[in-house]
Amino acid sequence: MDPLHQFAINPIMQIVIAGYDVSFSNSALFMAIAVALVYALIHYGMKGRALVPGRLQSTAEMFYEFVANMVRDNAGQDARPYFPFVFTLFMFVLFGNLIGMIPYTFTFTSHIIVTFALALTVFVFVTILALIKHGLHFFTFFMPHGAPVALAPILIPIEVISYLMRPVSLSIRLFANMMAGHTMLKVFAGFTVMMISGMGALGLFVGLVPLLINIALTGFEFLVAFLQAYVFSILTCLYIRDALELH
Amino acid sequence: MPNLLAEARLARWAGAAGSALASLTLLAGAALAATAEHAPGAEHGAEHGGGGLPQLDPTTFPTQIFWLAVTFITLYYLLAKKALPRVAEVLEERQERISRDLNKAASVKEEAEAVLASVEKALADARSEAQSVIAATVAEIEAANHARQGQLAADIGERLKAAEARIAGAKDEALANIRGVAAEIARDVAGKLAGVDVDASKAEAAVAAVLEERRS
Repeated sequence: MDPLHQFAINPIMQIVIAGYDVSFSNSALFMAIAVALVYALIHYGMKGRALVPGRLQSTAEMFYEFVANMVRDNAGQDARPYFPFVFTLFMFVLFGNLIGMIPYTFTFTSHIIVTFALALTVFVFVTILALIKHGLHFFTFFMPHGAPVALAPILIPIEVISYLMRPVSLSIRLFANMMAGHTMLKVFAGFTVMMISGMGALGLFVGLVPLLINIALTGFEFLVAFLQAYVFSILTCLYIRDALELH
Repeated sequence: MPNLLAEARLARWAGAAGSALASLTLLAGAALAATAEHAPGAEHGAEHGGGGLPQLDPTTFPTQIFWLAVTFITLYYLLAKKALPRVAEVLEERQERISRDLNKAASVKEEAEAVLASVEKALADARSEAQSVIAATVAEIEAANHARQGQLAADIGERLKAAEARIAGAKDEALANIRGVAAEIARDVAGKLAGVDVDASKAEAAVAAVLEERRS
């Protein structure tokens, strides 16, 4: 009945490496399932190499072109080499979110440490990319073009802080959305159960209300699952563009 | 070319960097978890008590980061090295096929238009040739007619001339004969009427003189 119980990490197989507990848990299991599903979709979808694609191949191609367009439109033509990275990110997060919509599964994207690690990877990757492309020139990024030099003592700290906050906002957005959505579903489902057990026959009718809300919320959650994966990867694209162009 | 090479190098580097980054975050997270673990002993005991958000339990951080790194790097490797190049290939193939078919259609259309143009040209040529043949034939016939007419005219003129010559000859002959006959008649008349026997040559001379007189 605890709406937060669904987020508990339960070890399936105890593994300890160098003193750290890295047990294979339910979270790891669903990460592996997501990886397997994503790869299976692309691999089996493209197996036929059909000129006129079937359903599975169309799906695989649709994902490919969706992310390819996203990278091209938001990160620019020069970002082509980083397309696999963005694609991996998008598919991993999307499948993590969508698998979480199935009852009794675990949503690994609802854990701040997972989303933060992903966001930090993006952040470090983008920063190193910018440093390689532009060297020390990269630091001019923190002084907006055309701004009066007198404002530099105010602008530069603000820009630096906003830059450093990128991984935080990126990770919290995804984590909070997923956690809030799943908690809400569980809370409303709990209402129905409580009403039925507390009010008897009347509860069967009153309990319908939260159930109907839950149905609407489920549809909404599917939208959020897709949208958050999209937002996560599109922001990654924009960060890559910043790294490449230093606007 | 060097640009392409540099890009390929960057792409390879991006893959390597991804792996390196993930392990880096793993280490950082693990260190974070370790420090959090050492801090309050009370929290450690309460982890299975159900209190608090499971997301904020640092003891679960190492396993999540570890498996995130493992699965994410695996997925990146599988997609970047195997799955995505194949999708790109298929899409490119299709694009190529479509543009090839379009080109083919365009060239066939062009060919058809060329054939149509050549047919029309052949028709026009045939028509103009027929026209010229007709014109030539007409001209030939006219020329032949003209020539024949000219020849006919020349022929007629010649014959006319010959006839005139013949007539003149006959006239001269007749005139010559007339002189003789006139002289004879004059002698006969003189002999019969006057009983004078005129010499033939004298009579002829007299006739000739008269004729000369007349002619002038």
